Amino acid sequence: MADCAETIRELEAFLDSELAPEVRAGIEAHLGGCNDCLQAFDFHAELRTIISEKCRNDELPPGLLARIETCFNEDFDGDGRIG
Amino acid sequence: MADRSDFAEQAMQYAPQLYSSALRMTRNSADAEDLIQETYLRAYRGYDNFEEGTNLRAWLFRILTNTYINSYRARQRRPQESELGDVEDLYLYKRISGVDVASRSAEDTLFDLFTDDEVKKALEDLPESFRLPVLLADVQGFSYKEIAEMLDIPIGTVMSRLHRGRKAMQKALIDFASERGLLSG
Repeated sequence: MADCAETIRELEAFLDSELAPEVRAGIEAHLGGCNDCLQAFDFHAELRTIISEKCRNDELPPGLLARIETCFNEDFDGDGRIG
Repeated sequence: MADRSDFAEQAMQYAPQLYSSALRMTRNSADAEDLIQETYLRAYRGYDNFEEGTNLRAWLFRILTNTYINSYRARQRRPQESELGDVEDLYLYKRISGVDVASRSAEDTLFDLFTDDEVKKALEDLPESFRLPVLLADVQGFSYKEIAEMLDIPIGTVMSRLHRGRKAMQKALIDFASERGLLSG
């Protein structure tokens, strides 16, 4: 089982789902018994969700999709080819 | 080999996430629209080379990233890497979960603490070599390996830029909260 220092050191890679299975299992075992580390992990997982949601909620400009699809049907840049 | 006749049907569903990412990259809507159009045009023309059964979304993001780096980056004034704020690990967590949160009541969630614009600005203000990895990992959920391929940098560099970029973003968020008087000290 990992200790607190190892666990916090792997926080980012854990949340990125990039740890080898045996390392991940050691972190999970530690989190099962350490409320301080679990709180820190929960906080950063929530922060990650917030950043993701707030940075991808932009509305597409009206007409953009139609303008893009137009490129697929005509010679968009006049070079003699479709697209 | 992929057939161009089903390109629109397969690829257009990713337009909203590509557009949001283009906005974070270029930081203005006119350039973001141009970037998206150019990305789709390149993807359409290169679709013959797309290997069916592989990840179309990752392929489109790779084209978006390359198009941005090659066509748009040169035009834009970029913050220098030396401007990157550095703070201790778990900085935001320690500030927010600690005793110095002034006006945060129990029912306030972390989600409400920062406005959408603040979170966007915290990301967009990162120097580009940190902004792109954080955008691709934390907003779009790509793996270290996928990001390394998109940016043509080693995986270890992806990891170190994510680490430093995330800390700088947390510092910016704390600064925003402090400016609004949400944190004491």
